[in-house]
Amino acid sequence: MTIKIFKYIAVVLVTVVIFLSFLVPIPYIPALGDKARVLYYHVPMSWISVVAFFMSMVYAIKYLKTRDPQYDVKQFSAAELGFIFCILATATGSLWAKFNWGSFWNWDPRQTSIFILLLIYGAYFVLRASIDNYEQRARLSSVYAILAFVTVPFFVFIMPRVVDTLHPDPIVNSRGKIDMDPKMLYIFLTSMVGFTFLFLYMFQLKVKTEILNLKIKNNLN
Amino acid sequence: MNDFFQNTVEIFKKELKSEFRTKYVLNSLLMFVLICVSVIRFAAGDEKIDNEILTGLFWVTIFFASVSSLARTFIKEQDKETSIALKLTSVVDSVYSGKLIFNLILSYVTGLISLILFVLIMNYEIKNFSGFMLFFFLGNTGLVIILTSIASIVSKANNKGTLYPVLAFPVLIPLLVSIIHATKLTAEGAETFSLYEEVIIILCYIIVVLTASLMLFKFIWED
Repeated sequence: MTIKIFKYIAVVLVTVVIFLSFLVPIPYIPALGDKARVLYYHVPMSWISVVAFFMSMVYAIKYLKTRDPQYDVKQFSAAELGFIFCILATATGSLWAKFNWGSFWNWDPRQTSIFILLLIYGAYFVLRASIDNYEQRARLSSVYAILAFVTVPFFVFIMPRVVDTLHPDPIVNSRGKIDMDPKMLYIFLTSMVGFTFLFLYMFQLKVKTEILNLKIKNNLN
Repeated sequence: MNDFFQNTVEIFKKELKSEFRTKYVLNSLLMFVLICVSVIRFAAGDEKIDNEILTGLFWVTIFFASVSSLARTFIKEQDKETSIALKLTSVVDSVYSGKLIFNLILSYVTGLISLILFVLIMNYEIKNFSGFMLFFFLGNTGLVIILTSIASIVSKANNKGTLYPVLAFPVLIPLLVSIIHATKLTAEGAETFSLYEEVIIILCYIIVVLTASLMLFKFIWED
């Protein structure tokens, strides 16, 4: 039931966002102009890739506590979807960087951090692929997900100390305020909610199919 | 708790004993460092390599030397099927801590030797030596904590050799970035006191990672 509700919310909101993001005129922003429209897509993508990683870690902890296989399924479903959204965030970001900074990739701290997130996801899948025993795979990948997640916050402190960033202020800037045109803000928030529901819908669908897959494999009904 | 410390010492002694029987890890580490240094020297030819680049190369050497041989501590238990005996006789956490201490000493020794080689062969200049050594020990400690726990994960998987650096690198980047940054500054002569915040960050990283590793080790070790 919830799957259907999530689906309808996501369909409505994302459609609305796709239309509005191209149609609603954007106020004058120095050095950004119409290129600022990427924010409606880029920010939700990066937000979801972090949320998915966090979910994956929470399910990893739950798996280690309970040893219930459904948490393992949820753990890697979240990671797989997070990986897709992470790639999308990287792609939208570097497209924008091409037109704003002049090159697709120039090792800005933000780009470095998302690159590292991609690396962690990649390493996690490589680890999963290289263990045959189901129980062992679930256990060791949970451990790795937790171990990798606790090191992520350090980027927030370390990267800006080493190199300066050109990335525009995060949505909630360092002064703790949201500096955005109200019209843009509405579209942006709709987009955040819409894409989050899209993610949750995809996540539930993925979990459902993976559990069915598991049942077929084990000849259970 | 008493058991834990006693066991840790026992495991450390055991590691030391089995290492000195063959000296496999120590020898391969030293050879690796030597090869690395000479390859860098040959690649540079007659050019003088910048101090700034040398700091980076120094940590590259240490990282790959550690990755090439520290996994051995756990893989050998799996290969020789001694892990069952170890599980029966010792407290779980002390297996990790015993091997960690062994790996730490090993990496300090090889790190120091590669530092000497860098100074002698490449004319690596370190202006603030005490500061450099502080970051050298902090960096090595963080590196080895992660590498030891990743080694225990890798020992259970297939294709161990390639998996090890792949798993270790993303987790180590925050440490490597800040440690390279800090050692570069100290080699150029920055005061240790001005790098106070770097010390705090690296210490936090070490504490967080060590706690997580100790808490998670029992899940890796069981089966």
